[in-house]
Amino acid sequence: MTTDALLSVGGVAKSFTMHLRDGLRLPVVANVTFDVRPGECVVLGGPSGVGKSSILRMVYGNYAVDAGQILVRDRHSGEMADLAIGEPRMVLDLRRDSIGYVSQFLRAVPRVSALDVVAEPLVARGADRGQATKRAAEMLERLNLPSALFSLPPATFSGGEKQRVNIARGFITDHPVLLLDEPTASLDAANRDVVVSMIGEKLAVGTAILGIFHDIPVREAVATRIIDVSAFSARAAA
Amino acid sequence: MSSEPILSVRNLERRYGSFIGCTDISFDVWPGEVVAIVGESGSGKTTMLNCISARMERSGGEIRYRMRDGRFPDLNELGEAERRFLMRTDWGFVHQNPADGLRMRVSAGANVSERLMAVGQRHYGDIRQTASDWLERVEIAAIRIDDKPVAFSGGMRQRLQIARNLVTHPRLIFMDEPTGGLDVSVQARVLDLLRMLVAELELAVVIVTHDLAVARLLSQRMIVMKDGRIVEQGLTDRVLDDPLHPYTQLLVASIPES
Repeated sequence: MTTDALLSVGGVAKSFTMHLRDGLRLPVVANVTFDVRPGECVVLGGPSGVGKSSILRMVYGNYAVDAGQILVRDRHSGEMADLAIGEPRMVLDLRRDSIGYVSQFLRAVPRVSALDVVAEPLVARGADRGQATKRAAEMLERLNLPSALFSLPPATFSGGEKQRVNIARGFITDHPVLLLDEPTASLDAANRDVVVSMIGEKLAVGTAILGIFHDIPVREAVATRIIDVSAFSARAAA
Repeated sequence: MSSEPILSVRNLERRYGSFIGCTDISFDVWPGEVVAIVGESGSGKTTMLNCISARMERSGGEIRYRMRDGRFPDLNELGEAERRFLMRTDWGFVHQNPADGLRMRVSAGANVSERLMAVGQRHYGDIRQTASDWLERVEIAAIRIDDKPVAFSGGMRQRLQIARNLVTHPRLIFMDEPTGGLDVSVQARVLDLLRMLVAELELAVVIVTHDLAVARLLSQRMIVMKDGRIVEQGLTDRVLDDPLHPYTQLLVASIPES
């Protein structure tokens, strides 16, 4: 592990055991090892189904791991914490302050407005609600979401509108590690450019980014390094 | 985040004769955290909830609760007065059927005030004002304060039951299928209310539900029960998105995607 890494993944393996299919075991990845340092945007590459999203989900604690460690630097203590142990309260602590995630799809909560969805991570960290809402509005404006939508729950929004709400929510905080799962997949060119510059600003202040970008121009604009996930594929070996 | 649990359950068992209601149940609950207990009917989740909320005798094991003064006694060590204080003030219990948690023949205001009077409040004007504030917080118009819950819809009754429980600023709330009997649209409103109040008041909550969507929306941690035992527990989104135990996989596979 490099000493200044904010995220260090070592020897991680993942398989799925389908108990409803007679215990069929689907190996996904094995021996996944890489670091992400401040200001780096590491892009997970490789064909569909090779395990890129699974790696992101493991790094966020959303998928369990079979083996290996996922060290995330705790922004308060400065120490590396092993999220792969899966201790729920540790994962929740890291998610609140140290590691953020922009998923591919927004999971909308009924009756909660787009503004509140975006402001929520700040409020959860104790920010003043008024300030957080103001900041949320600025983020949504920058992403060209019509202001008429701000007070509506995103459930009825289009795919691109939901994704922009999701991006605003993921970028509103200053988590030192940020995971991005195809954040520009359903955006038009103008909004894609906005997201590219937002990523650039994060990197400039030292955020460590790990992402999946199928969109080649976006990948070329943001990637500092590409990791071919095929190298970790457990399917070929199985 | 607080480093000490508010509730700690170890090796809890409840038998009905030779039949096992629940066994080998161990988990902790921290302040400000919502823990969902999921499983199908007969999995022992309600038996477990009734034991840890001191509403049912246990057959074995430990249940410790952090008192306001910092002590951490087993519930069985508490005297009757302390136990009553917990039930009336420090804890809440939200039943699936609001009629089980409300007094249907006294007014909405009296339903909320009763618990305030139990903690020694006597000033009529203050009590009525607090009751009226709480009705508004659960989105019941203050003009309904003198109406009896028999005149309320199911959703209103459930919201009234929530207000009645929260008025004494409890630290731990037990909920048994709180949205189980409600229409979907009404359920969304009750859930939204619960979600906001839990975050705002930093409550610890143990919620029993068979509805995985409710668990995902409200809880940070999840415990899956089958045949009276815990088969899987962990972070709610991890359990739902990457279920490891065969029974959890079956539960998750049984809900339609939306």
